[in-house]
Amino acid sequence: MGKIVAVTGNEACALALRQINPDVCAAYPITPATDLMQRFSGYVNDGKVDTELILVESEHSAMSACIGAAAAGGRVATATSSQGLALMWEMLYIAAGTRLPIVMPLVNRALSAPLNIHGDHSDGMGARDTGWIQLYSENAQEAYDNTIMAFRIAEHLDVRLPIMVCMDGFIVSHSIERVEYVDDADVKNFVGKFEAVHPLLDLENPKSYGPLILTDLYHEYKRAQHEVMTKVPAVIETVSAEFAKMTGREYNLFEKYRLEDAEIAIVVMSSAAGTTKDIIDQYREKGVKIGLLKPRMFRPFPFTEIAEALKHVKAIAVLDRADSFGGMGPLYSEIAACVMQMDSKPAVTNKIFGLGGRDYLPDQAEYVIDELIEIAKSGKVKTVKEYIGVRE
Amino acid sequence: MTTKPLRLKELAKGEDRFAHGHRMCAGCGAPIVVKQVLMATDYPIIASNATGCLEVSSCIQQFTAWKIPWIHSAFENAAATISGVETMYRSLVKQGKIEEQNVKFVSFAGDGGTYDIGFQSLSGAMERGHDMMYICYDNGAYMNTGIQRSSATPFGANTTTCPAGDAIPGKLQHRKDLTRIMAAHGIPYVAQASPANWMDLMKKVQKAFEIKGPKFLNVIAPCNRGWRTKTDDAITLAKIAFETCYWPLFEIENGVTKITSKPKEKKPLVDFLKPQGRFKHMFAPENEWMLVQAQEYVDAQWERLLKDEAAG
Ligand SMILES: Cc1ncc(C[n+]2csc(CCOP(=O)(O)OP(=O)(O)O)c2C)c(N)n1
Repeated sequence: MGKIVAVTGNEACALALRQINPDVCAAYPITPATDLMQRFSGYVNDGKVDTELILVESEHSAMSACIGAAAAGGRVATATSSQGLALMWEMLYIAAGTRLPIVMPLVNRALSAPLNIHGDHSDGMGARDTGWIQLYSENAQEAYDNTIMAFRIAEHLDVRLPIMVCMDGFIVSHSIERVEYVDDADVKNFVGKFEAVHPLLDLENPKSYGPLILTDLYHEYKRAQHEVMTKVPAVIETVSAEFAKMTGREYNLFEKYRLEDAEIAIVVMSSAAGTTKDIIDQYREKGVKIGLLKPRMFRPFPFTEIAEALKHVKAIAVLDRADSFGGMGPLYSEIAACVMQMDSKPAVTNKIFGLGGRDYLPDQAEYVIDELIEIAKSGKVKTVKEYIGVRE
Repeated sequence: MTTKPLRLKELAKGEDRFAHGHRMCAGCGAPIVVKQVLMATDYPIIASNATGCLEVSSCIQQFTAWKIPWIHSAFENAAATISGVETMYRSLVKQGKIEEQNVKFVSFAGDGGTYDIGFQSLSGAMERGHDMMYICYDNGAYMNTGIQRSSATPFGANTTTCPAGDAIPGKLQHRKDLTRIMAAHGIPYVAQASPANWMDLMKKVQKAFEIKGPKFLNVIAPCNRGWRTKTDDAITLAKIAFETCYWPLFEIENGVTKITSKPKEKKPLVDFLKPQGRFKHMFAPENEWMLVQAQEYVDAQWERLLKDEAAG
């Protein structure tokens, strides 16, 4: 068993990066991710890693430098949050379209305006279509474990895609929790050697990266990108199984909590799942058959598997920590697409919660469950999309 | 031998590392600049390229004109991108994962990708001290998107976003003096060059490659489409740009300015303006003030350069 420590999510992820020892990291400060790269910079300057750090002048340049470094042929990581990710947006598509296995912890934070530094999923959801793999973490332990697994997933020769490891800003990044570390040697062994594919630094075989491709082949390239994404779930499952063997910690594409015999269900990601599980336990004691589904892998989204896992319930509440203004919450849209595949067609509601770090409190979960009980009875949904935890 | 002799006969026998068959317009100055740069040295080179005419015309689908490792990622980040490549190289060499190979790292970008949208990325990479050479091929406008004004567009020029109209006669601002701005970064080597003075250009490239750290080279690259000139005028115009002191050839090495070639006789700026359709309106009687102002600006810049050189 590895060392058990009390650390923040950022601290744990920084340590994971130290254990992995990437060849190049680019960094630019932004709350609440600053602390992660700051700690990692400490490892660099204390000679604890071989990593060359590029302290760029913007996140756009951070991702551009990561793209150059990854194409050169080595292991690359960076971390960011919110406005930083927004500024990277253009380059996120290019990293994925170029098939570069860059690993990026994303400390989820709200987007301006108004300016807000606290946690929600607006940043990650804004990047959902960029072609990056996205894993969401409930707590510091998951953020740490996902960071280690992320390198294996991204660098897998069937995949070769960039990956974001998401954790909730402040709630996870800055809260001290119990984390069980993996030994340095085990991490090193687990992650293995980086295998360069068509590196720019291969001078004997010069490669051109980033061609212009117009109407005659662009469509085919994008289909190829889609097809690569379909291979990701199997790789995540294999890597997770190997990780479980090493640590005893099980990870799947999503987590099911008391879902097997449930009649109603809540779907929610990241830290809010923890609170929800507590409230579910209370309702279970009262005899309410409620369960939870927590997606870990949001991109690609495991439609078929989730449809299978939820098909027996009568009503589902999807909790989104982000909104698509004028549309439905992003997680809701995915779950609605799962429901389309079911014969049973459970009722689905969408609750928008916790924006800009608004606390997700037990009474919000209770409100959602009470309503689900009603919906299951009547089969009727009054309001499909609703903000909860709002101060009137 | 690190710097090879610049004799035409031998240079002509060398390998072309930027192949023919690219799709730049006939008579474009940019590929000439690229060829001269690559021809000047036998060092292995890895290049990044900003979005723009050179990039879209040199690597299309499965065809590439680049016989060196080359990367294009976006428009405003050629410097940041190559800084990543260069850093990976240093990291892998340091760790003993690859062998040291004396690779030179180069960025090519147009003036829009350099003076404007890529300026922050360029400034950052220079400040960080990467061992790289950034080469701007300056054709004085966003040519790839159809001749829009950039901050490198000369005073008076007619472009598609600052057309010579009835109320506003073209671009009313002078060029950004980027070469001096780059010198102000305190980097070891900054120079201005021209494909018409190929020997001067290649010498600068050779010299720069022997210097560790960030280097910046600004090269005039006439564009017959944007400048509204004859197809085969690129080298002639680059030569007149030098002779009128519109585009002086100089270098600033460790802060010391040296004019590397002076015209025997400084010609009037109209010699440069007259053959170009983009300045045509300036020759209308009511716009005579524009000719005067354009000349005054070139004179002042030249005087300043002479003073800088005298100051050592
Ligand atoms: C972020 C972004 N904005 C705008 C563009 C559109 N664009 C592509 S090339 C180009 C002009 C390039 O001009 P310049 O750098 O001067 O090079 P040239 O085309 O003249 O060689 C523009 C505006 C883009 N590709 N990316």
